[in-house]
Amino acid sequence: MKSPAATLKPLNVSEIRKDFPIFTHHEGHALYFLDSAASSQKPLSVMQAMDNYYSTTHANVHRGVYHIAEHATELYEGARVKVGRFVGAPDPATETIFTKNATESINLLSTSMTRGMLKSGDVVVLTEMEHHANLVPWLIAKEQFGIEIRYIKLNDSGYLILDDIEELLDGAKVLAVTLTSNVLGTINPVAELAKLAHDRGAIVIGDGAQFVPHIATNVVDLGLDFLAFTGHKMLGPTGIGVLWGKKSLLDALPPFMGGGDMITDVRLDGFTPNELPWKFEAGTPPIAEAIGLGAAVDYLENIGMDRIRTHELELLSYAFEKLEANFDSSIIIHGPRNVNDRGGVISFDFKNIHPHDISQILDQSGVCVRAGHHCAKPLMRHLGIAATARASFHIYNEHADVDALVGALAKAQAFFS
Amino acid sequence: MPGLEDLYREIILDHYKNPRNEGTFPSPPAIKAEGHNPLCGDELTVYIMLEGDAIKDIRISGQGCSISRSSASLMSVAVKGKTLAEVDRLLKIFKSMMSITTNASGEPEATEPIEYSERELGELVALQGVVKFPVRIKCATLSWNTLLQALEDRAS
Repeated sequence: MKSPAATLKPLNVSEIRKDFPIFTHHEGHALYFLDSAASSQKPLSVMQAMDNYYSTTHANVHRGVYHIAEHATELYEGARVKVGRFVGAPDPATETIFTKNATESINLLSTSMTRGMLKSGDVVVLTEMEHHANLVPWLIAKEQFGIEIRYIKLNDSGYLILDDIEELLDGAKVLAVTLTSNVLGTINPVAELAKLAHDRGAIVIGDGAQFVPHIATNVVDLGLDFLAFTGHKMLGPTGIGVLWGKKSLLDALPPFMGGGDMITDVRLDGFTPNELPWKFEAGTPPIAEAIGLGAAVDYLENIGMDRIRTHELELLSYAFEKLEANFDSSIIIHGPRNVNDRGGVISFDFKNIHPHDISQILDQSGVCVRAGHHCAKPLMRHLGIAATARASFHIYNEHADVDALVGALAKAQAFFS
Repeated sequence: MPGLEDLYREIILDHYKNPRNEGTFPSPPAIKAEGHNPLCGDELTVYIMLEGDAIKDIRISGQGCSISRSSASLMSVAVKGKTLAEVDRLLKIFKSMMSITTNASGEPEATEPIEYSERELGELVALQGVVKFPVRIKCATLSWNTLLQALEDRAS
């Protein structure tokens, strides 16, 4: 990953916040939103793009020959190209598949792969830090088709242990790994892992749910074969996710869901699947959501992903400094200490205060954090805890959010002392 | 917005910091049931020792937030030494106070509201404020659902 140049123009966060209606709506009441890793807020331009589509252009895509239907198709396919380009897809119009979310993207892969590509005894390599979205689909494949799962373990600093990586990848058919941990924040060395996996003939799947919204992404540079990510964590609407895949592999994969739009011919005794990307998009797709995601990509690109990364790194450093200065040894911060190895996520624990109680007390001060196992129960077991509290950032966060977090945590500490 | 004092009553904080009947019993002879709150990852195990048709002793182990831990501690005090019929009544009263009735697997079940006096509730009344914080209701009912599970396991 290239480190963002130091000369980038800093974000004007107070101007950016004006683009997000939720902050205007809650003006005067404190809203310190530190839960973008769960779901980000949306700029007005995203909502307007969806509203405009419904108000002026709505018709089903890929069907009508009348003008608004054609325009709807143009908008939908245009969003596909924008989103594919955003992650560096060499052929965005063909290789970018719209799904419901990153979870569905990975389920598409695990399901389609077990319809021919993977068979009993084949090895899939995962890591212990995966979100349930990149665990359970493979556990289902294990249960139903007898695939074998191997795990890359973690060390105490929140990094993958790569000492025995060659052994783990030996004979593997698939490596599926998160680009950024949603709990630890760890940014994994995916390009290196991809090279090792490819040398052994394995297919490489990246879970980009926590990476793509925050860091300039290029699927070719990362060496990926597939990349799953979701719209609602990158300023886009809910209900729209993406699977990017290499054309040759997508061609080789059997379809996922069957229905309208994913076929070129249907007979009573069989069917012929449609061409890419529609082969994997059965039924009427989330048209407005795709258009909204396209608008979110425009918004992010207009600001610049490198500036966004620089902004989040600065916030991370500030948060580490404040949390450590104020809470010293009573706070445990999980994951890498070097902010450059992290996404904008800080999971933490307090001795003697349960994360659920922390988030409850924080809520009284308008500070929104996530408390729980973050859909990563095996990772929680590895850490020896049931839950953490997690603060996460996006472009609209500022020092005031971190200050509010620190102030509210001090209250929680006083309350439970 | 309801205040924190509605939720974190002094008795609750006391039972959280000094949980009663904490620990385990060998099982068997103790009846044991495990409860999970999938939302927040809380886990607890309830052990009951029966004598005749009464709960002679109870222990609870696990991890959880202040509400789930204190509710478990308060429950252990409330049911220890009680007959199964008395425990059943307490269970119903407690769940009625939480405005929801659920079966052992946490599924909502429609039942008639129950009439009861605060005297019957005793210290459990301290948990009344939890209903103002709907996401925390599951924390408060976790130990009771687990106890119910243990009793149902015994019956089956």
